[in-house]
Amino acid sequence: MFASIRLLTTVFVLALFAITISLAAKPDRVNTAAGLAAWDQVYSVLVSPRCINCHTATNYPQQGDDRHRHFANVVRGPEGFGVPGLNCMSCHQESNADSTGVPGGPTWHLAPLSMQWQDVNDRPLSSAAVCRAVTDRSKNEDMDGPSLLKHHAEADLVLWAWNPGRRPDGTMRTLPPISHQEFVAATRTWVEAGTPCPKGR
Amino acid sequence: MAKYRLTVNGSEKTVDVDPSTPLLWVLREELKLTGTKYGCGISACGACTVHVDGVATRSCVVPVSLIGKREIVTIEGVASSPLGRAVQHAWVEKDVVQCGYCQSGQIMSAVALLKGTPSPTDKDVEESMGGNLCRCATYVRIREAIASASRQIKGAA
Repeated sequence: MFASIRLLTTVFVLALFAITISLAAKPDRVNTAAGLAAWDQVYSVLVSPRCINCHTATNYPQQGDDRHRHFANVVRGPEGFGVPGLNCMSCHQESNADSTGVPGGPTWHLAPLSMQWQDVNDRPLSSAAVCRAVTDRSKNEDMDGPSLLKHHAEADLVLWAWNPGRRPDGTMRTLPPISHQEFVAATRTWVEAGTPCPKGR
Repeated sequence: MAKYRLTVNGSEKTVDVDPSTPLLWVLREELKLTGTKYGCGISACGACTVHVDGVATRSCVVPVSLIGKREIVTIEGVASSPLGRAVQHAWVEKDVVQCGYCQSGQIMSAVALLKGTPSPTDKDVEESMGGNLCRCATYVRIREAIASASRQIKGAA
């Protein structure tokens, strides 16, 4: 009699344990899938011209929706701010100059080479490669998930992408494919899922 | 129209202009400092270069409303510093100028280069001066004058 009760109790405990494990595991799988879907949205912004034009792998920034090489022989310089006689701030001021068509924002500069999101032939890197770069703390100025979220939500030059001002011909520059609010929400989902990256090169 | 108080070559000036007016036209038309030249109007040639808080700045694309309290130095005031004098002296010594139109911008960029890099390499010169165009192609003499000014300031140090 006692043996049967002990057997039943053991089976019940094991079943309870299995159910708990299965319930605990399911949300993780959902989170990872949701995180990867959210990353797709984040990636769509990062490789849009307003962002990727200053995340080059070369010695120069790009400009325009066709991402052509910056005119006037502008170069990166040692710190990404240009060189003494031809600094980013030689033209780019603290805010957009809509009357002359020159974009601007605080401390206008190129992203460091460690945060390049394109190859040396100016082709955007894959989603997996950009994700690896963005989440590599040895490359991203030691930002963890919450820091990345804060960066996407608050950094001046990130915010500029949604307020890029007018081109020299007076027309508005194009915006990233989703709103800043959607971009931050996608980043939050991705961070909460543990910043998962797609597989592949 | 709006009033702006600007510090130009060490003096305070007040101008009453449209906020979108490029600094170049405030200097030339309002303050009659015509040494700074209009070349392309899109910051592609460097003829309009002045210093704003020491940064070589293309005055043709910077609206006066974005200058704030930063100090402006033009070609008329650049010789007030030993470095500016050394560069001007080198320009005369090497007889750099041909037509002269671009040269005020060239000198302002050269001063900014030597301020940041007192002993520039050929690559430093190419990169820093790469945005200053000269239709007379005085580039060889510009390079010689920068080297000469660099030697002068090192000798004086």
